[in-house]
Amino acid sequence: MTRIALTVNGSRCEADVEPRQLLVYFLRDQLGLKGTNVGCDTTSCGACTVLVDGESVKSCTVFAVQADGCEVTTVEGLAQGDELHPVQQAFHEQHALQCGYCTPGFVMATISLLKENPNPSEVEIRDGLEGNLCRCTGYHNIVKAVQAAARAGA
Amino acid sequence: MIPAAFEYERAGSVDEAVALLGRDEDAKLLAGGHSLIPTMRLRFSRPSLLVDIGRLDDLRYVRENRDRIAIGALTRHAELIRDPMLREHCALIGEAAALIGDPQVRHRGTIGGSVAHGDPASDLGTILLTLDAELVARGPRGERTIPAAAFFSGPFENALEHQEVLTEIRVPKAAGTYLKYVRRAHDWATVGVAAARVDGRVQVGLTSMGPTPLRARSVEDALADGASPADAAAHAADDTMPPTDATASSEYRAHLAQVLVRRALERL
Repeated sequence: MTRIALTVNGSRCEADVEPRQLLVYFLRDQLGLKGTNVGCDTTSCGACTVLVDGESVKSCTVFAVQADGCEVTTVEGLAQGDELHPVQQAFHEQHALQCGYCTPGFVMATISLLKENPNPSEVEIRDGLEGNLCRCTGYHNIVKAVQAAARAGA
Repeated sequence: MIPAAFEYERAGSVDEAVALLGRDEDAKLLAGGHSLIPTMRLRFSRPSLLVDIGRLDDLRYVRENRDRIAIGALTRHAELIRDPMLREHCALIGEAAALIGDPQVRHRGTIGGSVAHGDPASDLGTILLTLDAELVARGPRGERTIPAAAFFSGPFENALEHQEVLTEIRVPKAAGTYLKYVRRAHDWATVGVAAARVDGRVQVGLTSMGPTPLRARSVEDALADGASPADAAAHAADDTMPPTDATASSEYRAHLAQVLVRRALERL
């Protein structure tokens, strides 16, 4: 076991982990943060996207030990009380989801995209979210939500 | 899919990483992990010790070094894309890095990790071979420089010895372009083509056309003899061994290489 200390959604936490423990399973099984989903399990679908030090990563392809000392943000860390994060609000208002399984990953990828490019064009949004798959084929409204979030200054 | 169990050590310096690698003949280096971790999850790879060099931030840089650009091995793909020095002096590196995986992968994956992993379908290896880059490695007996032409020895094989750590990549200042054909978003190249003007000579490299990145020497020679881009590109598949797989047949890849080489030469 390896001792790690990191900040998750603003709270400091320390834990003993097996080195082979993947970040997504650490978040889900050890911390109980089940908003981050496991989709393809092969670095393709982006359902497990979280922020590590502010940048989007696929948490199925990062060992928990690699996040030692880092700041991790999951979808649970976005809302302030009852107030949704502007990107969550935009996904809600634009109906950018059907089944919702991919949504936490899309929201986290969008936050990272808008941090790097606050006013993306439609093409830049589609390219910027190429690491996330929606099998309900809801991309049209997802793009609209990202545009709305950008307008709202998310 | 959970990887097989392994021991984990985080190296605080390159020299410490070299020493840790010496402890176990099945040890492997972990940088961004975006080639290694997927192969470990599929259990294609089961190292008994992972030596994590991901925190060696002194290997994350792009610097001008007289007529060349030196790139630290742990520089991430996202950093290659936005680096102003590379954009000015060797733009095809950022151009190719922008085509690797997706944003999440580019936030973690490193140039050194990609090149050392040695996937014949990876883009940056082809770029380095095309540019006649030099790769700097440090091992127990000190540092050595390996020309790109001597680096790639087979699929997932290279000239690095077990205890050597790739630390820096040196490329010439060169105008160039990289074209990559994929059939799905964030896929590996069905075929990729690099073309660059190095010291006045046009050099051309190919991705996914054999067990390693390849140079299209017949194309280069034809251009040196004054052939047009279209005539030179007809030689793109000469001396290659394009694989047949689920994405494309060998014949299709050979055809694609000719088309992409012509386009790349016309853009150059």
